[in-house]
Amino acid sequence: MRLEARFKWLPTPFLSLLLFIVWLLLNNSVSTGHILLAVILAIVIPLATSPFRTKQPLIIKPGLALRHLMLVLYDIITANIEVAILILGPTKRLTPGFVKVPLDLTHTMPITILASTVSLTPGTVSAEVYPWHENLKKGEQPEQRFLLIHVLNLTDEQALIDTIKQRYEAPLKEIFQC
Amino acid sequence: MLETVILIVFAMIGLSLLLNVWRLLIGPSVPDRILALDTMYINTIALIILYGMSMGTTLYFEAALLIAMLGFVSTVAVCKYLLRGDIIE
Amino acid sequence: MTEWIISILLLIGGSFVLIGSIGLVKMPDFFMRLHGPTKATTLGMAALLTAAIIFFSTSYEGMSVKEVLISLFLLLTAPISAYMMIKSAIHHKLESVERTKGKKNVEDAA
Repeated sequence: MRLEARFKWLPTPFLSLLLFIVWLLLNNSVSTGHILLAVILAIVIPLATSPFRTKQPLIIKPGLALRHLMLVLYDIITANIEVAILILGPTKRLTPGFVKVPLDLTHTMPITILASTVSLTPGTVSAEVYPWHENLKKGEQPEQRFLLIHVLNLTDEQALIDTIKQRYEAPLKEIFQC
Repeated sequence: MLETVILIVFAMIGLSLLLNVWRLLIGPSVPDRILALDTMYINTIALIILYGMSMGTTLYFEAALLIAMLGFVSTVAVCKYLLRGDIIE
Repeated sequence: MTEWIISILLLIGGSFVLIGSIGLVKMPDFFMRLHGPTKATTLGMAALLTAAIIFFSTSYEGMSVKEVLISLFLLLTAPISAYMMIKSAIHHKLESVERTKGKKNVEDAA
C-alpha cells in the first residue's frame, strides 16, 4: 500500500485524470483552449484540496483496475437482468435475508468501492460496515470488520460470501496492495 | 418509427412516475417516501432526455445534469436528517 | 439500421425503469423495495442515455457526450444514496418481512 504519490505536484493522479476528462465532457469539445484549461484545473484542484483530504491508498496496478472495472460492468448488466426477473416473478417465493461478510480490507477507500460494487451487483445491497473506528492509533491492530448486506433472494449463504470475497474483494486487495 | 417508439417509452416512464407517486402517498414509513422521491427524480431525468430527443435539441441535458446533482444531494441530506436530527453537525 | 438500434435501446431502457418502479410498489417491505430502484433503474437510465448519444451523434450537429457524464454520475451516486437510505431505515428499526433470514445480524450492527 502506498499513500504518497510519486510526484509532489500531482498528489492524486487518478483524480486529476478524472477532472481532465469531466471538464472536456462538460464542455463537449477538444479544442486547444479547453485542453489547456483542463490541464490547469486537473493540476490546481487536487493541489488546492489536498490539505483537507485524508490520505487514501493509491491505485498501484492500473491495468488490473481497468480489468476489474470491465468485470464489474459486465456483472452489473447480468445482475440487473436477474433482479428484473426476480421482481417480475412471484413475490411470495422470495426469501430475503441479512448476511454479514467478514472484511479483509482495512482502509476507507477500498471498503467504499467494495460496498458500492456489492450494491450494484447480484441481488444485494450493502447496509452497514461495523465496527467502525475512523482513526486507528499508530501500531494498533485493526479489528475484524464486517459488511452487512441485504440479499433479495438468499439461497446459499456461504456460497454468496465466497463469491463476494473472491470475485470482488481479492482484486481490490491486489489493486491497492493492502 | 422512432417517433412511435419515443411515444411508447414516454408512456412507460409516465406510468412508472405514477407508481412512484402511489408509493409516496401510501408510505408507510419515512424512508419509503424518500426512496419514492429518489426514484422520481431519476425518472424525471429520463423524461427530460426523451423530450430532448423528440424535440431534437441537446439544450435540456444541462437541466438533466442539474436535476441529477440536486436530487442526489437532497436525498443524502434528508437521510442525514433522519439519522442524526441535524443536517450539518 | 441506427434507427433500429436506438429504438431497441430505448425500449430496453424504458422497460427497466418501469420494472424498477413496479418493484417499488410490489415488494412487501422497505429492504426489498430498495433493490428495484437501485439496480434496474440505473441500468435503464444507462440504456436510455446510450440511445440518446447514438441519436444525437448520427442525426444532429456533431457528437454529444454530455450524456456520458449523466450516466457516470448516476452510476456513482446510486449505491451511495441506497446506502444512506438503508442506514436510516436500520436506524429507525423498520420491520422486515417475517421470512427474512439472519435478522440477528442487524441487531449486531445497530
